[in-house]
Amino acid sequence: MPRVARERLKAGVSGLLTSGALAILIVIGSRNLQHFDAALVGYTFATLFAVFGITYRYAMWLQRPPTHMYWWRGWQVFTNPRWIGRNLLEFLRRFCLEFALNRFIFRRGVERGLAHWSIMWGCILAAAITFPLVWGWIHFRTVPGQIDVYRTYVFGFPVHEFHIDSITAFIVFHGLVWASVLVIGGVMLAFRRRMVDYGAVSVQQFGQDMLPLILLFAISLTGLLLTASYTWMRGYAYDFLAILHAGAVIVTLLYLPFGKFFHIFQRPAQLGVSFYKEAGARSEQAHCARCQRPYASAAMVRDLITVERELGFSYDMETARRAAHYQEICPRCRRAMYGLAQGAAWRGHAGVAPDGGGGS
Amino acid sequence: MAKPDHLHFFIDPNRCIGCQACVQACTECDTHRGESMIHLEYVERARSVQTVPVVCMHCEQPTCAEVCPADAIKRTGDGVVQSARKPRCIACGNCVVACPFGVPELYNDRQIMMKCDMCYDRTTAGRKPMCATVCPSQALFFGTREQIEQLRPLSVPVNRFQFGHQVISTRVFTMMPREVARRQPWLDVTAAMDERPPERAVMLRVLPSTPEATADVGDPYAEVLI
Repeated sequence: MPRVARERLKAGVSGLLTSGALAILIVIGSRNLQHFDAALVGYTFATLFAVFGITYRYAMWLQRPPTHMYWWRGWQVFTNPRWIGRNLLEFLRRFCLEFALNRFIFRRGVERGLAHWSIMWGCILAAAITFPLVWGWIHFRTVPGQIDVYRTYVFGFPVHEFHIDSITAFIVFHGLVWASVLVIGGVMLAFRRRMVDYGAVSVQQFGQDMLPLILLFAISLTGLLLTASYTWMRGYAYDFLAILHAGAVIVTLLYLPFGKFFHIFQRPAQLGVSFYKEAGARSEQAHCARCQRPYASAAMVRDLITVERELGFSYDMETARRAAHYQEICPRCRRAMYGLAQGAAWRGHAGVAPDGGGGS
Repeated sequence: MAKPDHLHFFIDPNRCIGCQACVQACTECDTHRGESMIHLEYVERARSVQTVPVVCMHCEQPTCAEVCPADAIKRTGDGVVQSARKPRCIACGNCVVACPFGVPELYNDRQIMMKCDMCYDRTTAGRKPMCATVCPSQALFFGTREQIEQLRPLSVPVNRFQFGHQVISTRVFTMMPREVARRQPWLDVTAAMDERPPERAVMLRVLPSTPEATADVGDPYAEVLI
């Protein structure tokens, strides 16, 4: 079987297994669909498709030679018994600083950081509320004999009770409103940047950069309008808004595996790579075959040579005296060699001076 | 928008005078504002003042993009290899070590790789990249093939480079002597492994800095005999 067909088969099977596992969990979590809300069936099928698509793409991505190499290397380094304790602490630190606080994005720009942080936390909050409700993993019921007390059930087990007029109830039942406010604020900031930043304007693409923002805005706005409809407008146009909202959510779920949102699943690789780089810095360094200066970890250079060969590149230098592979030369020397090679071409061309004396 | 097809980037390292104008101008580009993406490299500082300006060559099959584990480096339809996509780049530095021209730069604090993108905000609007705009010796030239042929009748632009067994084709051209390019229409970079810059054409001799000697010489330039 050809390599690409094999990779696709593996990815397809992985996708089916994950979405199958989710379907089973939905049945178990909703107690044989007893607590499953049939009105939300569209969302459920969209999430099942999204899980299949995301797993398929993730599996295809993992089979790329460089991704495969660094994914495994990251885990090898992270789980190294000698460093595991330190790595766990470091993971916690980076998770808080880089993931929860988006420190590295704030360093790229405060406005960009604020936009991303708001959108990210808005989406996380919305997903944490919506998905368990859609899948029937969480449901609320009044306590028998106490009509103003709600009981929360998770996977069919009672876990918490609260009065319907309590602050807890207000916060919980308006969770999606808070999420919408965060997302809309972030989307506005992101849109502003995309309109006034010439650099962003020149490279942005509608499908990659604008569509995700439009989808998030549509979900948040229609969601807020639903709340406004039943709170202040006696349910005016509620059905229409509900269909509009469902449409926006389902399109976004179907778009998840294909567009910019896929970075949500790719991005954690950053943590693995940071451990790989740290381990490299502690270990043997590669010295440039030309200037003898260290320029990268020896392990990284070795892995890169392996990856390049797998990809079909042939930077091998059989005739060279010191280096067997072009990767054994540092980036600085590569730049110098480019200039020297061009200069040598002129010197080797005896009798003809370089152009420049008036183009004669 | 895309870069117009009839406009190309030509580099002639031999003409570089090391003035740093390109380095300063590069920081004005909106896609990487405040950071210079051009490398102005001294080929061997101890022996020579020879410099070489290195911008991204925009390879047809970019090694940086191929080895990127996050699939973050993309080439647009007009052949321009863009900086790493910010949502995807995981700052592994693979592209930095893999690029045969030594172009990409890693910014660890922001967890991002950035590199020359041929001033995409300008070139897509039909303007020259900042470095080519300010280069006084036209070591960096952006224009049509006809213009460069008229300006440099003894040179021809080549866009194939050899690194060991690997030949890389690029969107950016390097000027080569016409007669050399006729025999070998590519630049063998690895052949310059042991190449050194030529000795200085002008020898400088520093006079003994005795008080008497300096007292006689009012002009500080007179301390050096040419």
